[in-house]
Amino acid sequence: MQWDFQSLLNNWRALLTGLTGTLSLAVVCILAAALIGLVVGAGRYSRRGFARWPATAFVEFFRNTPVLVLIIWFYFAFPILTGQKLSAFTAAAIAISLNGGAFAAEIFRGGMQSLARGQWDAARAIGMNYPQLMRRVILPQAIKRMLPAFTNRAIEILKTTAIASIVAYYELLHSARVIAAADFNPIEAYTAVAIIFFALVYPLTIVARSVERRLRVSE
Amino acid sequence: MQPILSIRDLHKSFGALEVIKGVDLDVMKGEAIAILGASGSGKSTLLRCVNLLEQPSRGTIALGGQTIGADRGNGLRHYSGADLVAVRKRVGMVFQQFNLFPHMTALQNVIEGPVTVKGRPRAEAEALGRKLLDKVGLSEKADVYPARLSGGQQQRVAIARALAMEPDVMLFDEATSALDPELVGEVLRAIRQLAEEGMTMLIVTHELGFAYHVADRVIFLHQGLIHEQGSPQEVLVAPREARTREFLEGHGQFRLPDRAP
Ligand SMILES: Nc1ncnc2c1ncn2[C@@H]1O[C@H](COP(=O)(O)OP(=O)(O)OP(=O)(O)O)[C@@H](O)[C@H]1O
Ligand SMILES: [Mg+2]
Repeated sequence: MQWDFQSLLNNWRALLTGLTGTLSLAVVCILAAALIGLVVGAGRYSRRGFARWPATAFVEFFRNTPVLVLIIWFYFAFPILTGQKLSAFTAAAIAISLNGGAFAAEIFRGGMQSLARGQWDAARAIGMNYPQLMRRVILPQAIKRMLPAFTNRAIEILKTTAIASIVAYYELLHSARVIAAADFNPIEAYTAVAIIFFALVYPLTIVARSVERRLRVSE
Repeated sequence: MQPILSIRDLHKSFGALEVIKGVDLDVMKGEAIAILGASGSGKSTLLRCVNLLEQPSRGTIALGGQTIGADRGNGLRHYSGADLVAVRKRVGMVFQQFNLFPHMTALQNVIEGPVTVKGRPRAEAEALGRKLLDKVGLSEKADVYPARLSGGQQQRVAIARALAMEPDVMLFDEATSALDPELVGEVLRAIRQLAEEGMTMLIVTHELGFAYHVADRVIFLHQGLIHEQGSPQEVLVAPREARTREFLEGHGQFRLPDRAP
């Protein structure tokens, strides 16, 4: 068989649009997941039932539902239920963020639990209120500890964005499908997407690993 | 004269376990009180109730004649967030495990309270912080992180951190128990200096010699109640209660000078 990457080069615009779509969806989802994780993670950590129970339910539900099912639900079922149509981007962003947020919440909770109880006591004993002790004492230490796990989660999210092609969101995988359909070169198109994903993700895992190593040394 | 700290009928339970069972205590300004007691007798819990790290189950705490919290009618009190902050600004605490903030230098640890809680200008807080570090003998360690300080140095930074809030009362919960023996002295000296300057203090300690020489009053806590109290001479040298004697005999490695034959 003959590899013909020339047709791909002719379609570089489509690939570039796909890459932009992948990256913008990933960035939005990573930020949203971090925010959701912070809020829900604080709820999970709370000793108050009214904060802990909903947070626990959230985490359990969204950790244990396939992202693919969530995307399809938000794209096809949600509009029927509410009369509000969502764009492919929005449906995918919501679904991936909820799933990523559930995992991030557990990372945040773990990071906060890894801090000695004495840090809370010391912060309270000098008169800090909850927002002050979070901002000045707990989060700076907890975030440092959860950075490696969170970087890995961000990488997972980046890879998961490919699922958004199921609702025809224009990201890398979708662009490959478009190119393959037009030029009858599925092998080259899908191989190119795999290589591009690898080229995006692999450096990130290297960075994550070195961050992890550096933090372990500084402990 | 009115006591600076007044504890009335203090109770504290954790679930079904009642740890403090009705403590009454008046502390006068400038008084240094040593609190002794066996492990589990409730010493830490009593101190933690004073600055509301634990909320009392019953009873009242008054600072400078002002009873903390709002009466809820049924003998219980409600402590608002503002109450907690107000009390902790006036009551400093030093912990057995130091609990310094590891991501801040010694000086940053000390000025954190004044800057973040009291809203003091940074320059002013730093001047105060350096003065306090100097007072505990650590002026040259201002920019060092806790991980690079010895236990005794960390504990002295923790004392400076508590003092930086300019409290009316200081609580010490076994401040030297986690230290290697050769580092105990430097921390006790810092506490003693405070006592001599007239700081009001509640000091939970197992250092009987220190209690004898520094405390104005010694309290023996047993099963959540003040079992015996009096001058160091009364409680440590001539205790009336059998329990107190038993406890003191358990600290046999220490001999009070007066008791020596
Ligand atoms: N947060 C808590 N929840 C449940 N039980 C607690 C809690 N804090 C303390 N206790 C219990 O209360 C009792 C008294 O504890 P406390 O720490 O006040 O004793 P202590 O006199 O300081 O002892 P030690 O000399 O070992 O420090 C113990 O039985 C302890 O297990
Ligand atoms: Mg204790």
